[in-house]
Parts: sequence; structure tokens; C-alpha cells
Amino acid sequence: MSTTSTAVLILAVFGASTVEMVEALTIVVAAGVTRGWRSALEGAAAAVLVLTVIVAAVGVPLIHYVPIDALRVVVGGLLLVLGLSWLRKSILRTSGHKAMHDEDVIFAATTAALALDPPAPSTTRRDAVGFAVAFKGVFLEGTEVVLIVVSLGSSQHRLGIAAIAAGAAALIVAAVGFFVAQQLSAVPENTIKTVVGIMLTSFGLFWVGEGAGVHWPGSDLAIIALIGLFLLVTLASVALLRSRCPAVPLAPTAGLHVDSSSRPGSGDR
Amino acid sequence: MKTLSRGARAFGHFWWDFLIGDAPELFVAAVAIIVLALLLRHERGVAVVVLPLTTVAVLVVSTLRGRRKSSGAP
Repeated sequence: MSTTSTAVLILAVFGASTVEMVEALTIVVAAGVTRGWRSALEGAAAAVLVLTVIVAAVGVPLIHYVPIDALRVVVGGLLLVLGLSWLRKSILRTSGHKAMHDEDVIFAATTAALALDPPAPSTTRRDAVGFAVAFKGVFLEGTEVVLIVVSLGSSQHRLGIAAIAAGAAALIVAAVGFFVAQQLSAVPENTIKTVVGIMLTSFGLFWVGEGAGVHWPGSDLAIIALIGLFLLVTLASVALLRSRCPAVPLAPTAGLHVDSSSRPGSGDR
Repeated sequence: MKTLSRGARAFGHFWWDFLIGDAPELFVAAVAIIVLALLLRHERGVAVVVLPLTTVAVLVVSTLRGRRKSSGAP
């Protein structure tokens, strides 16, 4: 596997992890501020641990026991669904036809919902609500990252590199979040999502072709050509939607809720 | 047992949202692209043109469908 596809793999996983972790951190900060930091951080750490175990438990057997071509076709299909979905949403958001995902709105909604629950009896004891909300926020947002890490990592036999890229993004977002706390809305989430959507779609199509037996011209360099193609289509689509179909003003979306019905995809696949 | 069934339901919800969500056409299209790739595997010259163009068409159609939905048009 060439340096080109490894570099694109790292960028795609890092970007996807950044977007999802920004969303998760918003929930963790909201839980920490309203329910106490100890429980919120323990909940987040427990979720990261479970996600790491899932990557190892699912990813390693995939690499060792599933034929590589079959794996690439299935993984390519999953990446196509995810990438096209992210691209579609980011085009609609950029052109003003869908409300932007606003971390400030999510933060306000989460803190308001958490404040309604009675506080834990003592500040020295663990707060079950804070733990559960932080765990769920990190776990649900992280599941999509796990899927990307496992699929991209296993199809290229680069599971370790993919996991490290995702972990690095999570650490950087956590460090930035620690210093800026409630300024997460400043992260250009939609732009990152657009770039990652283009990468996932390109990777997905590339692996579907390779797995099916279609050999792309230029081998791995075809990924760069596909990225260029989908970038052009994305820019053209945004320009077309802006010029021909004027948007109506939309309120930002909170995307995630803290109730038991929240799940990935409910607001933002 | 209750926890197990709740977990299974959440797992099912996750995959439903992930694969189908609010754009079921993307799942159908991904399956169609896989079938197309398998059919064209011996026609490399055709496949490397048809597969990207089909994917582009899917993205454009799905985005326009999403715009129509968001504007409330029938």
C-alpha cells in the first residue's frame, strides 16, 4: 500500500474523529459543568475504553480471517453510504438548505436538560446522570469513528495507524476543549465534514472497484483523482443550489438530545 | 434480559440509521454500485468511467431530493 493512500487514510480518520469528538466533547463539558467533572470524565473515559475494545475485537479478526477482496467490497459499500451521506448534508448546509450543526445550541440544550434532574446527594459521590450522559455522548459519537477506523484500517491492513490517528484527534479535541471549554462552536465542523465526506466517498468507490476486480489506472493515485472529482462536484453543487434555489433562513440544529432515545444518526449521520 | 433486548434494539437502530437514515436512496445506490463494479470487472476501461459518474449522479440526485424535502416541496 502506497504512501498516498496511507496519508489519505490518516487524514480521513483524523478528520472524522475530530468532527465526532467535538460533538462528544460538547456533551461531556455540559455534563461536567452541570453534574460535576469527576463523573463526566469517568463516563467519557469508560466510553473510550469500550470503543478501544470494540476496535480490537472487531478489527483484528476482520484482518486475519476475512478474504481481503470481499472485505474491500463490503467496507467500500459502507464508506460510500457514509461518505455520500456526509457530503449530501454538508452541501445542503453550505448552500443554506439545512440548518448548521451548532455546538452552542447543543451545549445550551444539554445543560438545560441536565439541570432539571435532581443533583447527586453529595459532591464527593459519583453522579450517575453525569456519568451516563458523558458515557453515552462519547460512545454514540465514537461508534461512527470506530466504524471508519475498522473499515479503513482493515481494508488497507493499517488498523494500528487508523486507531492512532483517531486517538490523536480525540486527544487534540479534548486538549483544545479543556482550554476553550464552551468555544467549540468555533470549530469549522461543516468544512471538516465536507472534506472527510469527499475522502470517504473516494475511498469507498476505490475499494469497491479494487475488491470487485476493477484495477484503477495509476493504482492508489486514482484516490487523488477521485478526491478531485468529488471536490469539483461538491463545489459545483453548492454554487448551483445557492444561485438557482435561494435558501430560507434556518435555525441551527441541536442534533443530539440527552434523553434515552438519542442515538447516532438521529440528528447527524 | 431487559438490558440485552435494549442493547439489541439500540444496535438495530444504529445500523438502520447508519445505512438507511433519511436518505435510503444512498444505501440502494451503494448496493447498485457494488453490483455494477462486479459486472464491469472485466471491462476496466468502461468501469473506471461508469463507476465515478454513477456515484456523482447519485450524490447530485440525493442532494436535490434533500433540498426539495427541506423546502417542503412535494
